[in-house]
Amino acid sequence: MTSTTHYVAATGVFHLTFLLVLLPTVGAAVLLLGGRRTNPWGHLLGCAMPILSFVIGVIEFVALIGRDGGQSRQLDQHLWSWVPAGSFHANVNLLLDPLSLVFVLLITGVGSLIHVYSVGYMEHDPDRRRFFGELNLFVAAMLLLVLADNYLVLYVGWEGVGLASYLLIGFWSHKPSAAVAAKKAFLVNRVGDVGLSLAIMLMFTTFGTFAFDGIFNGAASGHAHSGTMTAIGLLLLLGACGKSAQAPLQSWLLDAMEGPTPVSALIHAATMVTAGVYLVARSAAIYDVAPHARVAVEVVGAVTLVMGAIIGCAYDDIKKVLAASTMSQIGYMMLAVGIGPGAYAIGILHLLTHGFFKANMFLSAGSVMHGNNDEVNMRRYGGLRKVMPVTFACFSFGYLAIIGMIPFSGFFSKDKIIEAALDKGGFEGGFLGTIAIVGAGLTAFYMTRLMAMTFFGVKRWPKDVHPHDAPRVMLIPMAILAFGSLVAGYLLILGGSLQHFLTPAVGGSVEVGAHTISPVVLSLITLAVVAGGVTSAWYLVARKPIPAEPPTYVTPATKAARASLYGDAFNEGVFMRPGAYLTRALVFFDNRGVDGLVNGLAALVGGTSARFRRLQTGFVRSYALSMLAGALALTATLVLVRVG
Amino acid sequence: MRVDYYLYLSAVLFTIGAVGVLVRRNAIVVFMCIELMLNAVNLSLVTFARMDGNLDGQIIAFFVMVVAAAEVVIGLAIIMSIFRSRRSASVDNANLLKY
Amino acid sequence: MSSGFPWVTVIGAIPLAGVVAIMALPKSRELQARGIALVASLVAFAASVGMAIDYKTHGSRFQFTQDYNWIKAFGAHYAVGVDGIALALILMTTVLAPVCVLASWHDADPDPAEVAYAERGDALHARGPRLFFALFLATETLVVGVFGSLDVFFFYVLFEAMLIPMYFLIGSFGGARRSYASVKFLLYSLAGGLLMLVAVIGLYVVSVHQLGHGTFDYRVLTAPGALHMSHGEQIALFLGFFIAFAIKAPLWPFHTWLPDAASEAPTGTAVLLVGVLDKVGTFGFLRYCLPLFPYASRTLAPYVLGLCVMGILYGALLAIGQKDLKRLVAYSSVSHFGFIALGVFAFTTQGGSGATLYMVNHGFSTGALFLVVGFLASRRGSRFVDDFGGVAKVAPWLGAMILLAGLSALSLPGLSTFVSEFLVLVGTFTVHRWFAMLATFGIVLAAVYALWMVQRTIHGPVVPAVEGFKDLSLRESWVIAPVMIAIVGLGIYPKPLLDAITPAVQQTNSVVRSHDPTPSVPEQSRTNPAPAEVAINGGTVFRSAK
Repeated sequence: MTSTTHYVAATGVFHLTFLLVLLPTVGAAVLLLGGRRTNPWGHLLGCAMPILSFVIGVIEFVALIGRDGGQSRQLDQHLWSWVPAGSFHANVNLLLDPLSLVFVLLITGVGSLIHVYSVGYMEHDPDRRRFFGELNLFVAAMLLLVLADNYLVLYVGWEGVGLASYLLIGFWSHKPSAAVAAKKAFLVNRVGDVGLSLAIMLMFTTFGTFAFDGIFNGAASGHAHSGTMTAIGLLLLLGACGKSAQAPLQSWLLDAMEGPTPVSALIHAATMVTAGVYLVARSAAIYDVAPHARVAVEVVGAVTLVMGAIIGCAYDDIKKVLAASTMSQIGYMMLAVGIGPGAYAIGILHLLTHGFFKANMFLSAGSVMHGNNDEVNMRRYGGLRKVMPVTFACFSFGYLAIIGMIPFSGFFSKDKIIEAALDKGGFEGGFLGTIAIVGAGLTAFYMTRLMAMTFFGVKRWPKDVHPHDAPRVMLIPMAILAFGSLVAGYLLILGGSLQHFLTPAVGGSVEVGAHTISPVVLSLITLAVVAGGVTSAWYLVARKPIPAEPPTYVTPATKAARASLYGDAFNEGVFMRPGAYLTRALVFFDNRGVDGLVNGLAALVGGTSARFRRLQTGFVRSYALSMLAGALALTATLVLVRVG
Repeated sequence: MRVDYYLYLSAVLFTIGAVGVLVRRNAIVVFMCIELMLNAVNLSLVTFARMDGNLDGQIIAFFVMVVAAAEVVIGLAIIMSIFRSRRSASVDNANLLKY
Repeated sequence: MSSGFPWVTVIGAIPLAGVVAIMALPKSRELQARGIALVASLVAFAASVGMAIDYKTHGSRFQFTQDYNWIKAFGAHYAVGVDGIALALILMTTVLAPVCVLASWHDADPDPAEVAYAERGDALHARGPRLFFALFLATETLVVGVFGSLDVFFFYVLFEAMLIPMYFLIGSFGGARRSYASVKFLLYSLAGGLLMLVAVIGLYVVSVHQLGHGTFDYRVLTAPGALHMSHGEQIALFLGFFIAFAIKAPLWPFHTWLPDAASEAPTGTAVLLVGVLDKVGTFGFLRYCLPLFPYASRTLAPYVLGLCVMGILYGALLAIGQKDLKRLVAYSSVSHFGFIALGVFAFTTQGGSGATLYMVNHGFSTGALFLVVGFLASRRGSRFVDDFGGVAKVAPWLGAMILLAGLSALSLPGLSTFVSEFLVLVGTFTVHRWFAMLATFGIVLAAVYALWMVQRTIHGPVVPAVEGFKDLSLRESWVIAPVMIAIVGLGIYPKPLLDAITPAVQQTNSVVRSHDPTPSVPEQSRTNPAPAEVAINGGTVFRSAK
């Protein structure tokens, strides 16, 4: 990037930017601090806040489109000076630019729909008010994350969404599994946060600031040591891996499905887990001068996209399949933003379309669970398409979108990523492109398996379950998202509109001289692979009766996939067990070693004085004798000194 | 008459007193031995005053006498109360104040 | 010059007046001691707010100074005054004091059995609210004096005198092993105090040799070029002060008295001890060790930083391994004190300001933790984590407070502890990259122990013993609310405090002749131009008195 980054001060309607964050914050504060008084209307307030934020977002979007392109579309609003200490200045500033605005619309748009859906989903939960409070807290933190104009405020939003995620995964905290899952999510994210905070420190040391503009201009100036930039890039990537559940920090996402389904849809599919992609895209200027770090991003994306897809093939829990799929899809996005200039926008495009279709599928899965007494095991579903037609229709839209069927949204975004990967050329491009195509095939396989087990075949649910479509308040958000899954991709790519719009934030598209494989041929190849995945899944799963219990004798590959490719086992063996031993050893050492030394010293003094105490016999005459001896000794010394 | 004889006398008296304190068990006798030591010191103080030709030593001797008088009052009272409670005036019997 | 009102003396005298009033109470009205203590501590708080308002951020280094001859023979003065660092700490002290009084409201209520015993006339009825709150207020006076003192000897006397009321507070009103804990606390502190006494005398001797007249006046001793100590002298005297402060703080490996003392002390006393009293140690590093012995500070800094990092990780790991909630909190404090000292000995503006802010924030954060653990213990009669579970379900507000306290312990961004911890880490990172990187792993460990505590107490199924838990009472709400407000408020807007702290820290660091490193890449054009006092070319520009 040659042009310098320059943010203009917010004016006019853009003064409203702070309201985007403030409204859900107020909602969260009222609902969480208001107590039971707010129970009757809490969910209404909870819905109103993101909707209002969405309205403001739309107004600002219209206003932003109205401005001429380029830098005047990056508006900075100064709120207050936060942490001043010498040359260290952290301001709470909000940056509204095309990239953040796209996220604002996604978060508030999808967020509003999911809030509305939750009114129905959580209707019978006694803690519904608290649920909405925490959901609003999440929206506020996520908006702060994407609107921050410096890394420190971004970090606040980053941890804020982590907190909201922790609270919401553990929403039913009386279940030990939920409490453990929540803690696990937070801890794994903390490991990533170490990366992010070290990156911020390194940026401050290198550039003397952590405001986006100062760092990006500093990076672009070329004065920075390339090793330093690579280190910053890798550390940021570590943070992104934690938040976006990418290898090697992927293990928390599957457990996070302990949370209520709207949470899985909003936080663990559509928005929060994509924050890592946002971070890399936002730091485009850093990665532009750190090619090694970018390769690492690509590799992480590629590895995770395959890992997630393989894990997705093995699970019977509908939410965990979707979670694995989320990991895999975010892998695609990571791959895209790792490819670099020109592909950032493609990554964001896939992020948006994924936001629609995955949220749609999660909500539909929630509807399925709602109708099946909260059963998540797909082996107890079967043939639901007849009893839940609307849910089936919505889910199908998401299904077609994720496997990349023309003209559903996933087709546009995923094909573009594969294309961009191949266009990189050479071994790297060919390798990444192949992985992306294989991933598409796997995606088709596991999604078809899910569809077949859930909606097709014979009914396998128990007698006392009466599956039915969800109430309208849940169906309407699903329908809107399903519609989005159909059209979003086409609309966003129309005339390169999204890419063009995002240019000021992530750099323009780069014209490739010649495609490695022509796009039409590539699309056909991809579709053929997808068709292969669908057919094989159909052949393997849907044609045979599905046993109520998963088969025990399976290939090692299936076994590995069922164990999430041993991610948890690795963490357990490498970190948790040795950690527990270390802790126990240290407690022993502290008691016996450090404190033992002190207590030993005390015992020594005590013992010695106990011996000396015996000199106090209580006989006056012996005291008198020792006094005399002392006096004589003194006198003798004096005499000796005088004489000598 | 040589003045240093007084000093020898004083030393002898002091030694007798000191030995008495160490070897006798009867509290009254120990007490009297202490008085003997005090008076031996008084004697040497007065002697030194005479030798040096100033009155400092004599004045200190008066102080010692006053202190000795006060001490006698308190000391005898303690001995009396010990004797009353223990029916014995032996210093070795009053050995409760120990480790 | 600022206004001449003797704020420090006034703030110190108010709790002392409370002590006198409590002593004058007859036995029949002994419960009124609680009210007197609360009023006295609240008035002291109001006075310290007045001092903060009166304080001029850009004024001279020490304000509201008073100076009277105390012991002429060796130049000891009654000299008090505050800079930004002392101001922040006195404010924190006076905020926590009423909180602690309220938290200890029933801790010293006369035991019925003991009252009956006393009425028979068999024993001198010494324990009781009068003694407790008199000792409590006396401690507050002494702590304010320690922070406000500008005379090394006066500081030393108060530093040692603090031990006396604290010894009795733990030893007379503590838990089952109180006498072991209080004696351990006393002996540890006395040992440190002894070394410090030697160093104080050494300092006096040096001043006699160099200045011709002995003095303990802090401003004279630290004036640029006033004393020329040989390197050996500096290091010896530095160690005398340092070890005393390191025991008080406490730094690894001088920490083992803290878990015992803190876990045996009643809740309010534990807050006072760890939240306020121990800050004297880290305050001493910044106020005395650095400016008095700049050479020794520079030379020994790497070793001290090593101890700090060790303490951060060691304390956090031990906190993970604790079964007793109070000990867990105490060990987490060992880790946090490591962070504070790390910032102090980084000799950067960010590190020093962050460390000072950390002292304040840690007072509130640890205070909150001890308070919620106290609430739990008073309901269940046990401090062991295994005896709890599902509290959030039964007592949602109590659960929320435990969660918030835990989050503040793990330095969640948005809460006050984050600001200070990050400043410390950044300040260290700019000069000692590896120490900072190691210390950063402390934030993962902090999350482990904090969330472990939260999960095991408030989450999970409700255990039978917890079923009858009542939610926060009105008194408890008033106890915890100010602390939580401070934690959230200072997280969102720490600027006023930092503005007061930073000039004092920069001045301290300038004595150590340390400059903030400049960024390796020259600063590019910025949208929001930085305020004027930014560091330029390695030279730190001070906002000194005009």
